[in-house]
Amino acid sequence: MLELKAVRAGYGTFQALFDVSLEVHRGEAVGVIGPNGAGKTTLMRVVSGLIRPTDGTLVMEGVDLAATPAHRIVELGVAHVPESRRLFPRMTVEDNLRMGGFVPAARPKFRRQLEVVYELFPRMRERRHQLAGSMSGGEQQMCAIGRALMSEPKLLLLDEPSAGLAPVLVEQVFELVNRIRASGLTVLIVEQNVQQVLRVVDRAYLLKTGRIHTAGRAAELLASDSIREAYLGV
Amino acid sequence: MGIFDIFLLEAVINGLLLGGVLALLSLGLNLVFGVIDVVWICYAELIMLGMYGMYFLYTVYHAPIVVAGAVCIVCVGILGLALHALVIAPLLGAAPINQLLATGGVLFFLQSAATVLFGIEFKNLGLRLPVLKVAGMFVSYSRLLAFGAALIAMVLVYLLLTRTYTGAAIRAIAQDRQIMPLMGVDTRRIYLITSGLGGALAGLAACLLVLQYDVHPFVGLTFGPITFLICVLGSLGNFGGGFVAAFVFAEIISVGGLYLDLEWGYVFAFAFFIVMMFVRPEGLMARRS
Amino acid sequence: MTRYVPWIGGAALVALPFVYRSPYPLHILIIILIWSFAYTSWSVMGRFGLVSLGHGGFMGVGAYVTALAWNYGHVSPWIGVPLAVVASAALAALVAYPCFRFRITGHYFALVTLALSGIVLQVITATRDYTGGSLGYTPERYQGGSSLWAFQFGDKTTWYLIALAVWAAGLYVWNRVDRSMLRYALEAISEDEDAAAATGVHVTAEKLKITVLSATMTALAGALYCQYQMFISPDTVSGISVSLQMVFAVVVGGIYVSLGPTIGAVITILLAEVLRIWFGTRAVGWDNLVYGVLLVLFIIFLPKGVVGSLLELRRRSRWTSS
Repeated sequence: MLELKAVRAGYGTFQALFDVSLEVHRGEAVGVIGPNGAGKTTLMRVVSGLIRPTDGTLVMEGVDLAATPAHRIVELGVAHVPESRRLFPRMTVEDNLRMGGFVPAARPKFRRQLEVVYELFPRMRERRHQLAGSMSGGEQQMCAIGRALMSEPKLLLLDEPSAGLAPVLVEQVFELVNRIRASGLTVLIVEQNVQQVLRVVDRAYLLKTGRIHTAGRAAELLASDSIREAYLGV
Repeated sequence: MGIFDIFLLEAVINGLLLGGVLALLSLGLNLVFGVIDVVWICYAELIMLGMYGMYFLYTVYHAPIVVAGAVCIVCVGILGLALHALVIAPLLGAAPINQLLATGGVLFFLQSAATVLFGIEFKNLGLRLPVLKVAGMFVSYSRLLAFGAALIAMVLVYLLLTRTYTGAAIRAIAQDRQIMPLMGVDTRRIYLITSGLGGALAGLAACLLVLQYDVHPFVGLTFGPITFLICVLGSLGNFGGGFVAAFVFAEIISVGGLYLDLEWGYVFAFAFFIVMMFVRPEGLMARRS
Repeated sequence: MTRYVPWIGGAALVALPFVYRSPYPLHILIIILIWSFAYTSWSVMGRFGLVSLGHGGFMGVGAYVTALAWNYGHVSPWIGVPLAVVASAALAALVAYPCFRFRITGHYFALVTLALSGIVLQVITATRDYTGGSLGYTPERYQGGSSLWAFQFGDKTTWYLIALAVWAAGLYVWNRVDRSMLRYALEAISEDEDAAAATGVHVTAEKLKITVLSATMTALAGALYCQYQMFISPDTVSGISVSLQMVFAVVVGGIYVSLGPTIGAVITILLAEVLRIWFGTRAVGWDNLVYGVLLVLFIIFLPKGVVGSLLELRRRSRWTSS
């Protein structure tokens, strides 16, 4: 579904990604793990078009993403839940969701899709007239994921969904990822929370200083000594 | 009621009516600032051109006033688009202050272009609307009309912002511009729409102001500073704040102008502004630039 | 060798009027020097991201207070100018203090100061019974226009030397600020106010210092202009246009170089003169029209100004050749 080959990208003169190759198949959940500053967020931004790659190929279902304007990538079925949620704080929950369904194809289905999101997050229905910025971190995360689902994506990009949340909520977020997967959505997820993310994804890539260091099935990585030592502290 | 009180009441009413137009002015500027994060220093000069447009269409070419107004609104809207496309768009990545100064250059350009093209004589529509007499007070129809039209325009803008996808995008972009592509929003398009809308509001303001004031190349200097003060006091990009501030300033100008010249009204407004900065700085700075 | 260049250049500039006495070029030179000083005054604070559009106001206060004190109070400019400078500094402090105290920066600061210069113009116009309003104002001539007491000199050479001295003093102040602790504090502030405050920089005080200094110098430029031209009008020494004209010249010349404002003054004033000669009496408007277009083009294509861009070019060519 999504294929990156030898992708390079960065900010100005600073290069953050070096020859990153990665694949996500339909219906899969794929994790990208790695230390701070490894380039995980950059990777997500390259896929959703916020940053353009300087080299390499980036293909989503046969369409060259590098040649697609950023705002058209959503129309191809890619929805990105950015790091630290980035809701529109002075807009209501429902207006935030409306922005998620901004693309022309999603507009006629707004009501239906809103129901889908409210079914998934009953909490959001209660809060639909509340300003997004006034909600708790966990609720904001729900709203951010809901906003991404409004465009009926095929591929969901989740950037650090558990960051800054209380442990109980972290559990909930990963459970949610499981439910989203079950609905048939393909998920690419970036996480610091290595142990938990490896329990919900099928495969994972370990990114280190902008390069793919290791790749493999989640279970294998969980069992691998180097990962255990470096990231799990056991 | 003594004669003094009637004058005062008349000034208060006129201030209220002026407030409507000032609120319209600050709305256009706020919209552009909120969405594009750029201050059009030359905003009042767009209005000046619109006033000339009205003068030529109505007085010189005898177009019906409604047609002249519509043409004027559209043309100044296009000017707003052009300003964005030619001056602001190439500078979007530059230091904010450079964007501000570039529009300062446009101010110079528009003022002198008007001087060169139209001369420095004061011109007016030659249209005198009747004056309404109520309980010994005089209120001109042109002011009532301006007030009404400004209010209707503001309601329309409000509906646009709250009821349409484009409006939602305009509000959203002011809160987080970087993630707009993730929503599928083409920011360049929203910028252009906003610039056109900001220009059209300036065009409408021109139509309303030309009913009451003569036009000359430097007329923008009369409205410009006061509009900026309103926007800063109401906190730039905050529509509600600008609305309230517009009425406060209009009252100061109108009531202050009752006792002394109109210029003193502006001076009082500025003094009030400085005092307000000491008293209620948080009202000024809802967010930092 | 390069360290002697300023001295040789300075000596040449001092010697100039004794060698070459043609009045028109000398007049243009004096005007350039006075405005260079005003532009330098602006860039003293402008280079730290404190973009003031209120300097037209400070200049207006400098010019009008001096002239009014002379005409109405018969106060010699020797006292009147310091008075004007103090008035301008007080005005600057009154407006800038709340701005800095309450973190009004960037766009907001530019707009507040913009309004200030608009208001000074309004006051001058409103008090037309005393100031002559938009028709302008003339300080009374004293002893045929040549008197040290009245600070009036009929002789262009004297004026040239005064303007030259003040201009040099302006450059000296610019360079002093450039080498002072104040500069580091202000640069830190312009990068990040919170971080600067956290490292112990007194943000409000430092910004206020540079603003008052800049306003003081600008008022002096206004007073000097008034005494030299013996005629001032709200449009030529105050208001938004004058403020923008200052910023424009500095941007053209180069904001981060000490000679930038001077070069800016040379370019803009010569440009205005050339346009005036070309268009003759039809010049009204044309010079500012070209100004406006150039300002926009400069900001888009040459944001570092002429001097700044030349220095950059030299640095780059050295870089590639070495």
